[in-house]
Amino acid sequence: MSAPATRIRRLTGAAWFPFALMVVFAGVAAVLPLLAIDIPGVLPGPSYLPGTLQLLALCLVFSALALSYHLLFGTAGMLSFGHALYFAVGAYGVGILLQRTELPLAAAIATTVALATVVALALGAVSLRVAGISFAMVTLAFAQAGSVLVRRNAWITGGEEGLRLDTDNVPDFLVGVLNTRNVYWLALAVLVLVFLVVIWFERSRAGHVAVATRENETRVRVLGIRPFTIKLMTFVIASALAALSGTIYFVLQSGTTPRATSADLTLSLLVIVVLGGVGARWGAIVGAFAYTLLDQRLTALASSDAVAALPDVLRIPLSEPLFLLGTLFILVVLFLPGGIAGTVRRAATGRRTSRDARERLEEAER
Amino acid sequence: MSTVVLLAVTGLGLGALYFLVASGLSLIYGLMGVLNFAHGSFLTLGAFAGFELTRRLGGDSWPAFVASLVLGAAVGAVAAALTELLLIRRLYERHIEQVLVTVGLSLATVALFEGIWGSDPSYVTAPAWLGETTQLLGARIPNDRFVLIGAAALVLLGIVAFLRFTRFGLIIRAGVENRAMVTALGIDVRRAFTVVFAIGGTAAGLGGVLASHYFGYVSPHLGGSLLIFAFIVTVIGGLGSLAGAAIASVAVGVLQQFANFYWGVGDLVVVLLLAGVLLLRPAGILGKKKVQA
Repeated sequence: MSAPATRIRRLTGAAWFPFALMVVFAGVAAVLPLLAIDIPGVLPGPSYLPGTLQLLALCLVFSALALSYHLLFGTAGMLSFGHALYFAVGAYGVGILLQRTELPLAAAIATTVALATVVALALGAVSLRVAGISFAMVTLAFAQAGSVLVRRNAWITGGEEGLRLDTDNVPDFLVGVLNTRNVYWLALAVLVLVFLVVIWFERSRAGHVAVATRENETRVRVLGIRPFTIKLMTFVIASALAALSGTIYFVLQSGTTPRATSADLTLSLLVIVVLGGVGARWGAIVGAFAYTLLDQRLTALASSDAVAALPDVLRIPLSEPLFLLGTLFILVVLFLPGGIAGTVRRAATGRRTSRDARERLEEAER
Repeated sequence: MSTVVLLAVTGLGLGALYFLVASGLSLIYGLMGVLNFAHGSFLTLGAFAGFELTRRLGGDSWPAFVASLVLGAAVGAVAAALTELLLIRRLYERHIEQVLVTVGLSLATVALFEGIWGSDPSYVTAPAWLGETTQLLGARIPNDRFVLIGAAALVLLGIVAFLRFTRFGLIIRAGVENRAMVTALGIDVRRAFTVVFAIGGTAAGLGGVLASHYFGYVSPHLGGSLLIFAFIVTVIGGLGSLAGAAIASVAVGVLQQFANFYWGVGDLVVVLLLAGVLLLRPAGILGKKKVQA
């Protein structure tokens, strides 16, 4: 084992390391609105412009959402195809409360998250009657029912038109294009909060049991622990965090459309987590940034003149961002198991993960 | 009375459509443990192939209609077999990754269909008889429902006969029961995988052409919307059980039609039915006791 690799691993393995990384990340992200950083090709403009901040804030919201999905899929190993439902409960919940009641924004967000917790408790208890692939299908069915409810009940959700943000009870500093950076900081704060909750849960006893259940459910049962309770707990926490991200998404986008409830969003989430690296917290965040920026850039590419001039064979695939993202996703699953995070880890430690794992096993045996 | 008959037959037609999708899903899952998210794309591709053919040949003649059915089924079969050979096979025994690859494929193909045919519905033409109605017990029933029900029944019979009377069928049935044992006997189960995928793709492609006549149009999202109900059907029927899928398809299709007509909440009733079945029998109507990934 080479000395630098050991040093890197000792550093990244330290308990305080994720917090330090988050402090650096949040520090850099927090001062971005005050600087004029422009990365051509990645960002649409200098970082202090509202348009750029809007996109970056969207990255932050999706990072928070992806972290909540990481808790469900990466940590507890539950493949849910219905996570968008809780995001939508967050977005529509806060929207409807702001429109129909006199609650201020903070109270509306708190009420919505509480509501999402109750919904997750009920639906999770039913879905967790089955495991594995059946669980995926059942969560998909529930999310689909939610999507149908939103589209059908136009009197309260706005139907296909979507719901607009009613700004009467929203604090002034969060309203308007010029205040985009305040919303951006709000999104950053929520991401940090979600990150802390996720890390707290993963390091709690419940989190350890969740990981153990993912690896070997029978063994957990034999040890006298009921996996059901822990799984339900993970499901509810992940759903509440998703709802929280949804509320911020609503404020950021000044509204929402039924797309937030669709299976497409869950699939995008899956792409984000797998692209970043399943089971890696930072993978979820990096994946969310990569996906959101790619989606935005590819959409810009699709409508560019250069693409329009190409022959049909090239023009049609290039003008469909989802086609390119889907293909990229397939390639990552086939050739880059571990996603971006796994590749970085391999590059940093200079070895393949399987050997890495074997060495750790040997160390443990000694 | 006539309303009830109409709803029942229409529900049966819808159930037949679900069965055409669910039969492939269920067979594939039963043998390989793969949840195929791209199954909806096989259906959509078959539907578009049929649409292109009838558009060129003139859609109102019977030979064109039959040819579109055959072409749709063939395109579905080829697409499914290629998917298995090129993508699924590389991830042998890694079920989650296999699901992820089919998810990626469904995202990419739906986007590609939108690029080629646009996201608006493409309206199909059919022989005039299909659009007419027949009197049955006082109800005027659109004729395409009978074609759907007949096609689904033929597919069910065909698959059952294939499983029962051919060597491949024997291998597949044995593989569903105990794949390790079949492999240990020196039989290459992987060839059966391709065959199962092709059968599922055939049914889906055929279902696609029929669905385009049932709804009157093809759109890139045709497969995806049917796929979700097919998933529900396979879970209710019991994963891996063909008979369960057939029973559940009929139950779901008929229930959905009645609930839609009387209360306008067909989709939600189906999800409630799913929740109920899961609470009472987590393995589904005819599923095996143990449900695991």
